[in-house]
Amino acid sequence: MHHLIDRRLNGKNKSAVNRERFLKRFKSQIRDAVARSVKDRSITDIERGEKVSIPVRDVNEPTLGHAQGGVWERVFPGNKEYLRGDQIDRPEQGGGGGGSGGSGQGGGGEDDFVFELSREEFLNFFFDELELPNLVKRQLQQTITFKSIRAGFTSDGTPTNIHVVRSLRSALGRRIALSAEPMRELNEAQEDLDKLLETRSEHDPLIKAVMAQIHALKTRVANIPFIDPFDLKYSNRIKIPLPTTQAVMFCVMDVSGSMDENKKDIAKRFFILLYLFLTRIYDKIEVVFIRHHTQAYEVNEDEFFHARDTGGTVVSSALKLTRQIIEARYPSSDWNIYVAQASDGDNWDSDSPQCREILQNNLLPLLQYYAYVEITEGEPQNLWYEYEMVAQTHKEFAMRRIRDASEIWPVFRDLFRKHPEKAVA
Amino acid sequence: MTTTRTRKTTSDEPEARPPRRKPLSLGSEWTFELIETYYKEITRIAKNFGLDTYPNQLEIISAEQMMDAYASVGMPVMYNHWSFGKQFLSTHKHYQRGMMGLAYEIVINSNPCIAYLMEENTMTMQALVIAHASFGHNSFFKGNYLFRTWTEADAIIDYLVFAKRYIAECEARYGEDKVEELLDSCHALMNYGVDRYKRPQKLSLEKELARQAEREQYQQSQINEIWRTLPRRFEEEQAVAPKRFPEEPQENLLYFIEKFAPLLEPWQREIVRIIRKIAQYFYPQRQTQVMNEGWATFWHYTLMNQLYEEGLITDSAMFEFLHSHTNVVMQPGVDSPYFNGINPYALGFAMYRDIQRICQNPTEEDKRWFPDMAGSDWCKTLDFAMRNFKDESFVAQYLSPKLIRDFRFFSILDDDENATLKVSAIHDDAGYAEIRSQLASQYNLAYREPNIQVYDVNTRGDRSLTLRHYQYQRRPLANSVHEVLKHIARLWGFSVKLESVDEDGQVILSYDCKLEKRGSPF
Repeated sequence: MHHLIDRRLNGKNKSAVNRERFLKRFKSQIRDAVARSVKDRSITDIERGEKVSIPVRDVNEPTLGHAQGGVWERVFPGNKEYLRGDQIDRPEQGGGGGGSGGSGQGGGGEDDFVFELSREEFLNFFFDELELPNLVKRQLQQTITFKSIRAGFTSDGTPTNIHVVRSLRSALGRRIALSAEPMRELNEAQEDLDKLLETRSEHDPLIKAVMAQIHALKTRVANIPFIDPFDLKYSNRIKIPLPTTQAVMFCVMDVSGSMDENKKDIAKRFFILLYLFLTRIYDKIEVVFIRHHTQAYEVNEDEFFHARDTGGTVVSSALKLTRQIIEARYPSSDWNIYVAQASDGDNWDSDSPQCREILQNNLLPLLQYYAYVEITEGEPQNLWYEYEMVAQTHKEFAMRRIRDASEIWPVFRDLFRKHPEKAVA
Repeated sequence: MTTTRTRKTTSDEPEARPPRRKPLSLGSEWTFELIETYYKEITRIAKNFGLDTYPNQLEIISAEQMMDAYASVGMPVMYNHWSFGKQFLSTHKHYQRGMMGLAYEIVINSNPCIAYLMEENTMTMQALVIAHASFGHNSFFKGNYLFRTWTEADAIIDYLVFAKRYIAECEARYGEDKVEELLDSCHALMNYGVDRYKRPQKLSLEKELARQAEREQYQQSQINEIWRTLPRRFEEEQAVAPKRFPEEPQENLLYFIEKFAPLLEPWQREIVRIIRKIAQYFYPQRQTQVMNEGWATFWHYTLMNQLYEEGLITDSAMFEFLHSHTNVVMQPGVDSPYFNGINPYALGFAMYRDIQRICQNPTEEDKRWFPDMAGSDWCKTLDFAMRNFKDESFVAQYLSPKLIRDFRFFSILDDDENATLKVSAIHDDAGYAEIRSQLASQYNLAYREPNIQVYDVNTRGDRSLTLRHYQYQRRPLANSVHEVLKHIARLWGFSVKLESVDEDGQVILSYDCKLEKRGSPF
C-alpha cells in the first residue's frame, strides 16, 4: 500500500511566519545593517533587495558543549605518512582537528550571519521610523476618496457577490424547516400503514387511502426546492470615506557651476532617497522639482535627475519660484507643504540676505517643514550664516551639512526621524 | 575504498541470470505514471531482499517547499519559532547562490513513512530517492531497536499537530514574546531533555488532550508538596537527616524542570514537556547517523544495481545514479580542504558493503575477526546488524581491519598537557583494535556531549538549583555555558549554579547565574 501525492500546489510559504519572527527579533540589528549597507552603494539600486549581515553571536542559539582542552583522542581518515608514536606539532588555532565535538562555540569565529531581504522588507527597514514632520490633516471636509470594505451580508445584490456558503446554509435551514411538518406526518402515516397491514389485506380501501396520503406527502417533500431565490445571500460591501491629507514636497536643487560632479551626485542621491521615501510612505503626495542656477525652472522628475545645464548661482530665484507655485497651485490652507533644498552654499553675496528675507517673510509661514542641506567640504559660506539666523527663530527650519557621500543617509535620517513627542493630532 | 561495480554488458556477452527486460523509461523526465512503475519494480526487488517497511507515502514538492521542510527540522508540521526562520534564511541564501544543492530527499519517521520527492529531480534521481528513503530509511525506522523503543511512528504527526496548536494557543493567550522566551530556553536544553534509559510513554493526540488538564492540576499539587511551607512536626525533623533533593542526580534536565521548577505556570510546563518529547523523538536519529544513512545508501545502491541488472534502467541513467552516489559516499582525507569530519554516508555504506563481502567472500583475516559472520547469509546478517545496534556498538562490532586500511584511519591523541599531538594508532595489526574502539566511543553521545546532571536543590533556603558537570578526560565546557545557565535560570526561576567535577569527585570550577527575586537573567 502506498500513496503518491502531489503537494506542489500546497502553499509554499510555510516558513513565512518564522521568517517574520526572525526579522522582528533582530529588528534593531537588521536596521543597523541596512543603514551600513546603503552607505557603500549607489542609492539608485536601493529598490532592489539586499543582502544584510548581522553578527553571528547575536543569532546564536547556545547549547552546552565542550571546548578544546583536556584529553581528546580522535580518529581521522586518510593517513598518508604517520606511524604509531609520531609526534605532530599542534596546528594553529586548532583548525586541523577541531571540527567535531562541539568546539565551535569556543572563540575566534566572529562570522556574520548573512541573509537576503526582499526589496519590500529592505525598504521597510530602510525608512523605518521616518516621517514627514508636522503633517496636519488640513481640509478634512474635502475628502473625496472612499474605501470599500466588507460589511456583513445582505439578501440582495449582484450575482458576482453571491456568498455560496451562506446561501447554501440558509437553503439547508429552509429545507429542514419546510420538510419538518410533512416528514412528521409521513412518519405517522408510515406507522399507521404498518399497523394496518398487520390486520388487513393490501387491497383494503383504508390502506389505499393511507398509501395515497403517503404518496402525497412524499411528493410534497420532494417538491421542496433545493435552492430558492429567497435563500441567496450576498456579500455586502460599503464605502467609507477616507480622510486624506494633501501634501506636496518641493525639491530644490542647485545645479550651478560651482556644484561639481561629486556634489551634484550627492545632491541627486539625497533627492532620490527623499523621493523614494515620499512615494513609499505616503500614497498621495505631489512632488515639485525645481532646478536653479541663476534662474529657476520647474522640471519633471526625469529632467531633474538627468538634465545637465549650468551657470552662476542665484538661490533666491528658486525660492521665488517656489513661492509662485505655492500661490498658484497649492493654497496652504489645503496643503501640507514641504521644501527640501540642496546647495553647496555658494551664492551671490548680495543674494543671500534676500534669501533669508524671502524665507522668513514669504515662505516659512506657508510651510510645514523646510530642510536645507549644504554639500561642501570647506568652510560654510554666506548662505549658511544667513540660514543659521533663520534656524534660530523658526522651529520648522532645519539645516545640515553633508561632507561626503557616506553622510547622506545619516543626515537624511536625522532630518526625517520620527518625533513621537511632537505627534500632531 | 569501495570500487563501484559498473557492469558493462556488451552484445557478445549476454546476461545469463536475470532476463533483461526493456528499460522502464528512456528520458530523464518523470511523470506520475513512471514513478508508480518504478515504485512497483523497486517494491518487488526490495521484497525479494526481505526489506520490511511501513507503508509509503511519496509526496512531490517544489524546491521552495523543500526549503520550508528543511527549516522546520524536516517535519511537515511544526510550531513557530524564529530559529526556524533563521534556518530558512540561511538555506535560502545558500540555495540561491548555488552554494548548495538541496538534499534530494527528506524522509519522516512516521507511519505511513512520508518521503519528499523534489519536482526538479530527474526520473533517475526520483528512483534513487524512493530506494534510499522509502525503502532504506523506512525499513531502518521500522526495524532498529532504538526507533522501536523510543519513537512512536504512528503518533508523531498527531503529536506535532497537538503541539503546534497548543503553542499557538499559548501565544494568543500569553503573548508571543513570553512563549518565545520559553522556547528559546527549552531549545538551549534540548539535548538534555532525553531519557537515556527509561522508556517514554506512548504519544497520542486524544490521550494528550484528555490528560493534559489533569496533568496540569496534578503537577501543580506536586510542586506545592515540595515547597510546602507548613512546619513539620519537630521530632520528625530531628529523626530524619536532611536529605538532598533530588536524592539521585537526574540526567533529564528538562524533565526535572517540568516537574519541579517552582514558578512555572501549568502552560509553561506543558510547553517544556512538548520540547522534551520532540527531543526524545529525535534522540535515536542522533545515535544512529552512520547506521541509518549507511543503511539507506547501501539499499539504494543495491536496489538500483538490481534494476540495472534486470535492464530496467538505461546505461545513461545508471551513470547518472553512480555520479550522485559517489558524491554522496565521498570521504576526503584529513588533509583535504574538503575534510569535514567522517562522512556518515561513506562510513556506513562501506561498513554494510563490507559485512556483505565478509558473508560472501571472506578472507583469512575476516575469518579470524568475524568467525560467526564469514560465509553466513548476508541478508540475515545485515538485517541483524541493522536491528540491534546503534552507531557506537555497530562500529565496535563490525568495523573490519580491511575497512580501517581502506579508510586509512589513524588516531591522534591530543592532550593539552603535552606540547605535541601524538599518533596513538594507525591502520596496522597493532592498531586495529584500538582504532575500532576509539572510533566507536567517538559515536557515543555521552562522550561527545558534556555529562551534566541535576545535583541538588536548596529546598530550605534560596531554592537555588545546583547542576554538576562530570568531567571526562579533563575536557572543559565551552563558553556558551554562561548563556545556557541564564536560560536554565529563566526556567528554574531562581539562581542556578553549575559545578565542574573532576574524575576524583572534586569540584574544580563553578559557574553561577544569580537571579534576583522574580528577576530576569537576561
